[in-house]
Amino acid sequence: MSDNKIYGILAEFKNPGHLLDAAKAVKAEGYNDFDCHSPFPIHGLDDAMGLSRSIVGYIVGFGCIAGASAGLFLQWWSSSVAYPMIISGKPFFSWQAYMIITFVLMVLGGAFSAILGMFHLNKFPSFHHPLFNSEYFEKATDDAFFISIESKDPLFVIKDTKSFLESIGGDNIEEVME
Amino acid sequence: MSDKVTKNHNLISEPPLVEGNPTFGDITEKVSSIVEGKAPKGWLIAFLFSVSALLILKGSILYLIWEGTGIWGLNNPVGWGWAIVNFVFWVGIGHAGTLISAVLFLFRQQWRTAINRFAEAMTIFAVMCALIFPGIHVGRVWVAYYMFPIPNQMAMWPNFRSPLLWDVFAVGTYFTVSLLFWYVGLIPDFATLRDRAKTKIRKFIYGILALGWRGSNRNWQNYEQAYLMLAGLSTPLVLSVHSIVSTDFAVSLLPGWHTTIFPPYFVAGAIFSGFAMVMTLAIPARKIYGLESIITIGHLEKMAKIMLVTGSMVGYAYSMEFFIAWYSGNTFESFAFVNRAFGPYWWAYWIMISCNVIVPQLFWSKTLRTSIPVLFVASIFANIGMWFERFVIVVTSLSRDYLPANWDYYTPTIWDMSLFIGSFGLFFTLFLLFLRFVPMIAISEIKGILPESDPHHGEKH
Repeated sequence: MSDNKIYGILAEFKNPGHLLDAAKAVKAEGYNDFDCHSPFPIHGLDDAMGLSRSIVGYIVGFGCIAGASAGLFLQWWSSSVAYPMIISGKPFFSWQAYMIITFVLMVLGGAFSAILGMFHLNKFPSFHHPLFNSEYFEKATDDAFFISIESKDPLFVIKDTKSFLESIGGDNIEEVME
Repeated sequence: MSDKVTKNHNLISEPPLVEGNPTFGDITEKVSSIVEGKAPKGWLIAFLFSVSALLILKGSILYLIWEGTGIWGLNNPVGWGWAIVNFVFWVGIGHAGTLISAVLFLFRQQWRTAINRFAEAMTIFAVMCALIFPGIHVGRVWVAYYMFPIPNQMAMWPNFRSPLLWDVFAVGTYFTVSLLFWYVGLIPDFATLRDRAKTKIRKFIYGILALGWRGSNRNWQNYEQAYLMLAGLSTPLVLSVHSIVSTDFAVSLLPGWHTTIFPPYFVAGAIFSGFAMVMTLAIPARKIYGLESIITIGHLEKMAKIMLVTGSMVGYAYSMEFFIAWYSGNTFESFAFVNRAFGPYWWAYWIMISCNVIVPQLFWSKTLRTSIPVLFVASIFANIGMWFERFVIVVTSLSRDYLPANWDYYTPTIWDMSLFIGSFGLFFTLFLLFLRFVPMIAISEIKGILPESDPHHGEKH
């Protein structure tokens, strides 16, 4: 596999606290293209990695507005323009009665935008990833904690990055191929 | 953490959420091995029974479509019989799942993690059972698509002022959002199963379902935000769904239905019945699969407390209905309620009162609400009682409306019963398949509430 490009270097850490300290150290060293892997979300890791707040919330906001507008438009158009019928002597656009479906479609729009927005930001589905080539990485969904530093980071030099990860206490340090 | 907070924390220290001080690996092993190992014998027997009942449902639906709704016990004036009773019953059961997964999440009730996966699955399957009934009770099922705003050759559109149409949207959205929420929660656990899979087929299927999850913190960040958003959206949704279902009744002019108390009263009843169903399912499952250390007696006790609260709220609503019927001075309204308690359906009314109001009062006692047999039997009673509540509401009001000349007594036929029994077949078949192929405990969330998951665990403050 000598012609393969290196994707990055993976190091294992013992526990969440250790991972958090290591993430701070990696950030302080100046790396930006790195990631932490854990079987569950770890409190404080976003700050340690220097990540800004997720934008999923804004996507959901737009989804909610879109859902509610579509719902209200559908009801106005179908009962005032496409098929106007007088029912119980109410106006064609009896907005009070339309609020319920407007609300429900707002929730539906928000829910779909939450899940699709999250998929988009996380690039899901992506069934293959170089990290799956690693022999230790399977434990990332069980009980192990990893940091991966990608080769595309400007500071990345195989030997230096490896010894750096070792110096902050990483175990099972491994070069991961593309 | 300041010293003061630490001290207070020690003073009010609660029993651990997961007993036995397991490691992360123990949790993975315990939950995944259920899905990976052989099914216990009890599962197989239960599955055979459920599938048989499912076949009863299938046969009954086919005969219903062949023959028409005349096979039911409906008469004039009782044009809504068990179909609507069963619909409301099943939708109500679903509510506990969303309450546990969304409302308790927003309130940071960490004990929810042991039962949320389980309860959400119950929600989805219960809503599927519920959706069958409006689907088939329209009579001409092949034109059931009239309920949806689909452009058609007649250039007709549904009447958006009708609560029945609100229902279509509310329950349909509720199902969709519950399914999305459930799936989002499952992604990390599917990845766990993928990484543990021994065979190619398992690896492939769980790999597809896991979407390429690799526990990356950059992914967790968006994931957690999306999860929070879904919880925030589901919370008003779950409160609105049964409120909207109640408007099917409350917006009509029938005595006993036309009341403003219906929406909150239906929601309280739904939560009550849903928690009862979670209890009915969780008690045998934790025993059979040896999950007593994850779904602890403390969890069951907390559910019993919620049942006590919501059962008492339902009891309050029953008495308030009576009070308002009298206080309104409306002859028809007063008659409707006296007729409920002492008319031809008095037996149904008193079953309802005993199961929903009296039985949960047992949970004032700590001994009783931590006794598994008592919890199990009480949860069954609550299920029965909540079914009868819907029966009382639907049938007593319809069978005795304004003019005595219209009155008639409603009796169900064998087909009403077979459809209801069959819907349990569908519910349990789906639920057993869920137990078999999907991790029934949220693995990653349980790990997140273990004390070791705190990065500052073990540090001296």
